[in-house]
Amino acid sequence: MSNTWLTTRAWLLMLPLLAVMIAVIGWPMMDTVHLSFTDARLVGTGGQFVGLQNYANMLSSSNFQSALVNTLWFSVVSVTAEMVLGVLAGLLLAQEFYGRTILRALMILPWALPTIVNATLWRLIYNPEYGALNAALTQLGLISDYRSWLGEPGTAMAALIVADCWKNFPLVALIALAALQAVPRDIVAASLVDGAPAWKRFRFVILPYLAGPLMVALVLRTIEAFKVFDIVWVMTRGGPANSTRTLSILVYQEAFSFQRAGSGASLALIVTLIVTLLAIGYGFLVRRTAGSAA
Amino acid sequence: MSKSPKTALAIAAAMTTAFASHAFAQTKINALFMAQAAYSEADVRAMTDAFTKANPDITVNLEFVPYEGLHDKTVLAQGSGGGYDVVLFDVIWPAEYATNKVLVDVSSKITPEMNSGVLPGAWTTVKYDGKFYGMPWILDTKYLFYNKEILEKAGIKNPPKTWAELNDQAKIIKDKGLLKTPIAWSWSQAEAAICDYATLVSAYKGDFLKDGKPAFTEGGALDALKYMVDSYKSGLTNPNSKEFLEEDVRKVFENGDAAFALNWTYMYNMANDPKDSKVAGKVGVVPAPGVEGKSDVSAVNGSMGLGVTSASQHPDEAWKYITFMTSQAVQNQYAKLSLPIWASSYDDPAVTKGQEELIAAAKLGLAAMYPRPTTPKYQEMSTALQQAIQESLLGQSSPEDALKAAAKNSGL
Repeated sequence: MSNTWLTTRAWLLMLPLLAVMIAVIGWPMMDTVHLSFTDARLVGTGGQFVGLQNYANMLSSSNFQSALVNTLWFSVVSVTAEMVLGVLAGLLLAQEFYGRTILRALMILPWALPTIVNATLWRLIYNPEYGALNAALTQLGLISDYRSWLGEPGTAMAALIVADCWKNFPLVALIALAALQAVPRDIVAASLVDGAPAWKRFRFVILPYLAGPLMVALVLRTIEAFKVFDIVWVMTRGGPANSTRTLSILVYQEAFSFQRAGSGASLALIVTLIVTLLAIGYGFLVRRTAGSAA
Repeated sequence: MSKSPKTALAIAAAMTTAFASHAFAQTKINALFMAQAAYSEADVRAMTDAFTKANPDITVNLEFVPYEGLHDKTVLAQGSGGGYDVVLFDVIWPAEYATNKVLVDVSSKITPEMNSGVLPGAWTTVKYDGKFYGMPWILDTKYLFYNKEILEKAGIKNPPKTWAELNDQAKIIKDKGLLKTPIAWSWSQAEAAICDYATLVSAYKGDFLKDGKPAFTEGGALDALKYMVDSYKSGLTNPNSKEFLEEDVRKVFENGDAAFALNWTYMYNMANDPKDSKVAGKVGVVPAPGVEGKSDVSAVNGSMGLGVTSASQHPDEAWKYITFMTSQAVQNQYAKLSLPIWASSYDDPAVTKGQEELIAAAKLGLAAMYPRPTTPKYQEMSTALQQAIQESLLGQSSPEDALKAAAKNSGL
């Protein structure tokens, strides 16, 4: 069979899928791009063409800038914490010990919870009047009075990050655990015989095998964290004083609460662009890690 | 196949007729309500059951969302081609809904009996630009609730008549060690905070807008925010108020952890229910206080109405349902969590029995109801004000500066 026929056949076979993708992703995307150049409202008129006005307004608004800072802060801290905790948990679960299977299964639970459930759960834990966190900390003597964790700008963001980490680090742990299965035992045994200390054994023997899979986890988690909406919406609605208002919350407010579909679309596309750039950047990194590991 | 083609045809024909007559007789309407304050979900379901029993040709599909999702859900459904026939709407939305044609004008359907029977204050809930966009259903304002037992222990004879007096009484309670932070409010970054703020604006005789432009940066509206900040900083207000919604306030009050609380009608009978509340039988209610020399009482119009959406395929059935839900008979029957819109109900013993104190407060409060501004850009203005309130409470900004920034961000 000729190469051309193979290529043609491949395209023919992919055609139905491509058609569906264009219909459900391509078309709405193009429509959003079109919308972003108009002053369309959510309900009512189609709107007039306004060029780059929406983009200019958005990028120069203090609301956008503060939301961008909040989103970056949330993403960087929560993803870093999830990666570190995930790898540590993965290493722990790779050890042989009694009850390992049960622990591995339990580990998936937080990740399997719907975000809405997780957010509601943590809201109860942080409740300023009868929350478990306040009870635990006062009983341990660490604080003297119950506190409003979600009512102060600093602690509200930290509280969100903890809730997000609790839900998402198991994913990283599972990926790390899977990757650990591929580490050849003889190399680990050899490094033990050579007397390599634990840290060096991890850094030079084990980590190279984890790098590729962890990179994938990093990409997934960063993109997810950057788009964060539901957990924030349920726990703080962007408050107090907009200190936890992320970009996705701003998109929602702009497009749906204030019904400025055009301006909301432009903001959504800005967020998409940032996420795409991040993904491309990570793509390079993944390829480089894969190259160096080979 | 044992069946002959004839039998098959007959069955098919019978089925078609059955389906056709079924489709002809049954009209399904979708209605959107909120699962929060006022009538409970159980009440709404019971009322609806009574309606479908009386109108077997109509089925009503009910959906409940939290208040915070009601506006967006309505607008989104409309933006994507409809879905609801009947929607519950807040007093602040008719301007926007009318401008964007979310609701239909029902002015021609309002009968003279409705017009004269319903309280004038209730009508303001559904009116915009001289037209009616639905029927008022929940007639509500924020009242000052107090814990009689705590006031008695503190040696306070009468609940406060002015906001300054509220502070004095709260201070006595705090100083006597009865409660650390005696006052609870719903100051979360949400519309709830604006309702508390609007109550104070009405007490200080301030203005939200003048000629369509923000006027809340000075006068009574500025004094109102300053009062909130002072109350917060003095430690008389529960600091958790800044993350409370109405339901949180209710729980704190029912737990006996607040001597005073600002909340809607529904809290009266709920806090008096010994099943859930530790303060049952000790609940006092008065109109929200006034400001000496300016007002005797204060109140915000927190009423809500039921309207027919412009996307509805069954506007007549939808209106029939609304007429039933807002009828005096139904409202009188369910007057425990929300008071009727009908003037004569307030003298009906069936309604007043067991809640005389609430009715007395309602007569004063409902008459003083102060409207939040009617503008199609209400959501934007409210969001900006919510931020201003929270920034002032957190000390990130002075009330003056915060309100000036809100005026700039209000979209007006």
